Amino acid sequence: MNQGTVNFLFVGVGGQGILTASDIAAEVGLQAGYDAKKSEVHGFSQRGGVVESHVRWGQDVGAPLAEKGTVDYLIATETLEAARWIEWLRPGGMVLVNEQRIVPMSVTVGDAEYPPDADILTVVRARTDDLRMVPGLATAERLGNPRLANTVLLGVLSTRLDVPPETWLEVVERRVPPKYVELNRQAFWEGRRLAEDV
Amino acid sequence: MNPTGNSVRQLLSGNEAIALGAWEAGVRYASAYPGTPSTEILPALAQYAGVRAEWASNEKVALDAAVGASFAGARALAVMKHVGVNVAADSLMTLSYTGVGAGLVLVSADDPGAFSSQNEQDNRHYARFGKFPCLEPSDSQEAKEFTRLAFELSELFDTPVMLRSTTRISHSKSGVEVSMPDAPREFESLPPFERHPRKYVMIPAHARLRHPEVEARLKGLAVYAETCALNRVDWGDRRVGVICNGVAYQYAREVLAGFSFLKLGMTYPLPAGLIRDFAAEVETLVVIEELDPFIEEYVRSLGLDVIGKIGDEFFPWTGELSLARVREGALQAGLPVASLDSAAQSADAALAIPPRPPALCPGCPHRSVYFNLRKLKMLVAGDIGCYAIGVLPPFEEMDMLISMGASIGMAHGAKQAGCPDKVVATIGDSTFFHAGLSELASTIYNRGVTCTMILDNGTTAMTGGQDNPATGVTLQGETTQVIDIEATVRAMGVEHLWVVDALDVRGVEAAIKEATAIEDRPTVIVVNGACVFTPQFRRRPVVTVDRETCNGCGFCFRVGCPAILKSDELGAKTKRPKAQIDPLLCTGCTVCLQVCPRKAMYQTA
Ligand SMILES: Cc1ncc(C[n+]2csc(CCOP(=O)(O)OP(=O)(O)O)c2C)c(N)n1
Ligand code: SF4
Repeated sequence: MNQGTVNFLFVGVGGQGILTASDIAAEVGLQAGYDAKKSEVHGFSQRGGVVESHVRWGQDVGAPLAEKGTVDYLIATETLEAARWIEWLRPGGMVLVNEQRIVPMSVTVGDAEYPPDADILTVVRARTDDLRMVPGLATAERLGNPRLANTVLLGVLSTRLDVPPETWLEVVERRVPPKYVELNRQAFWEGRRLAEDV
Repeated sequence: MNPTGNSVRQLLSGNEAIALGAWEAGVRYASAYPGTPSTEILPALAQYAGVRAEWASNEKVALDAAVGASFAGARALAVMKHVGVNVAADSLMTLSYTGVGAGLVLVSADDPGAFSSQNEQDNRHYARFGKFPCLEPSDSQEAKEFTRLAFELSELFDTPVMLRSTTRISHSKSGVEVSMPDAPREFESLPPFERHPRKYVMIPAHARLRHPEVEARLKGLAVYAETCALNRVDWGDRRVGVICNGVAYQYAREVLAGFSFLKLGMTYPLPAGLIRDFAAEVETLVVIEELDPFIEEYVRSLGLDVIGKIGDEFFPWTGELSLARVREGALQAGLPVASLDSAAQSADAALAIPPRPPALCPGCPHRSVYFNLRKLKMLVAGDIGCYAIGVLPPFEEMDMLISMGASIGMAHGAKQAGCPDKVVATIGDSTFFHAGLSELASTIYNRGVTCTMILDNGTTAMTGGQDNPATGVTLQGETTQVIDIEATVRAMGVEHLWVVDALDVRGVEAAIKEATAIEDRPTVIVVNGACVFTPQFRRRPVVTVDRETCNGCGFCFRVGCPAILKSDELGAKTKRPKAQIDPLLCTGCTVCLQVCPRKAMYQTA
């Protein structure tokens, strides 16, 4: 059953819109003809804590969560979270990192330090060479709304999967309020463009 | 998710699927008290035309209201998280004796892993304790079907039925066949109440008559369990036979793919014959289930030898299961499963990754309360809500927390027993109406001397912002009576009462000082301030740090605001980072500005 199952793990910080992004990925899977499951951890973690959401596409998906070490696509909407979750990645899997740092309370009120990007990337590279840093937030801000960052990331992700972009856009449009549809379209295409120029 | 005429496969969460199943079953009345992971069920159900769906003030009230509806002849649903069943248990245990009018289903959403709960109790024990059936879906499709079936079973056997979900079922989405009629359901009006005092009025004489019925019913259910479609055998390789339930089935069928499965959808009462027959056909019998060995104990009681969690502890008693935990257990038990290739488990480069604990939002009205309680070194009996974050750094200002409403009773008991500290109970508005009212009554009645702070943020924030008796809006959006907390407390006879603005840091401090100076009677402080997610909340001009004046004393970091960050610039004398404020996160609450000893902050107009 594991064979042929595609595992995604979306990670980030409460309030970043992880749940919507992972919902979209799951629905795209279903629409593309896969069995799809998605599972999230939220609750207390919503108040600025870590949020994780798993999405799996396959012929017959059993567990709603992937197994540690089998994630094919790790999508981190915050830079540090890529390092926190890297063990979940299958060696050689793909990591997409939004260039955005959200400083945890343990750094502000304690002695912990936010590691430099270089250290974070070293940890990630120990597991895979397939790493994309994405200026998701900067792109979104340029388009006029920081909340579009996840759609930029989905645009990048979509170039790696065998599902037509129209399917992604259809689902995105269903999921966002009508007045944001056009902006989300743009953000999605920006993501696809970013993926092309390496 | 709008009802449409055609059948489509939709991704639904377990909670949405339970709501849909209840609607398909023709539920007329549903009541719940919010609680992760059950919360989303009622809002989903509330959207279906013709259903009355309500937030009760606590879980016992939710169940009691559902009981009334059921006795009156309407199919009824009561929804709560696992610990909510403890609150409702008094009614539940006797409901088992009365049985139902129309079908009554209790949804218990358990939280293995205690992702957002005070414990991870296994509520299947309630089914055995109360002698009613327990159904456990393993994905959203089953969540819908089992809910529907639960209503039928309830009427067939004249029993409450518990549908037990878990966080992983409630909060996972999977495909569900959804087909809905175009027209909204028309309910016929109910006939007059059918009176059955010997069934519905549990005075001792009647209860003694009902108890044998309960025992007989249980025997009937056990027979039903042998052949019902809820329990199913999938034959595969018979070297290993796995008995499992709920989400454990999903992990087991991946890790032990190809072997034989007895999948139990009804986990109480358990089917002795079916289990024996299955065991007889397989070489090695395994039970895989989350939390307590509920099924395993039963299987062992049949004299069967089984691999599980009793004795060798191949599978854990605590926490959620996962593919990895099932695989590890299976490997340890010597079952023929593949280990994950070692590369995937290779150690990653070491890096100290700072934890990301939850924090009060920027602008949160609870901030000034815990800041001041810490400053004044109070002993704090806490309660359950966003304000439980008060136990974490930088406040670390909560000394007890056990269950909803308990803050007031614990504070009272500590003081009555002679605790020398100044004791303050802190409780939210929703929690106050959940169980705080009766606790405060007891404190007042017993000449208690504690200070109770009621933190009225205008919502039930922790669970995502539900309305409650203090907000003036119902679940289905009607305007309703606001129960005024201040007036309520006054009417209970509390004379020493302060009403303060949460964003007035000194005002909160003064109230705590004054209230705790009174040592011979109970005092109450109502702290008013809107949660940032409520419509009443108003953003104000952001606060900025004047880098010249800031000397890096770090005092403002002690308000624990995610918008306040360490800057790269160090104070000349302190050699510590000066503060900076993220203007995108700041809501202009000014709590930091009010506490800054150097007045280095200003509000940008
Ligand atoms: C018996 C029980 N029911 C429900 C819950 C879930 N729950 C945790 S906190 C909370 C409500 C908190 O609301 P309030 O007291 O108003 O505080 P706020 O989060 O708004 O600060 C609920 C419903 C629980 N932990 N225990
Ligand atoms: S959700 Fe509301 S009550 Fe909870 S921490 Fe945020 S502002 Fe405070």
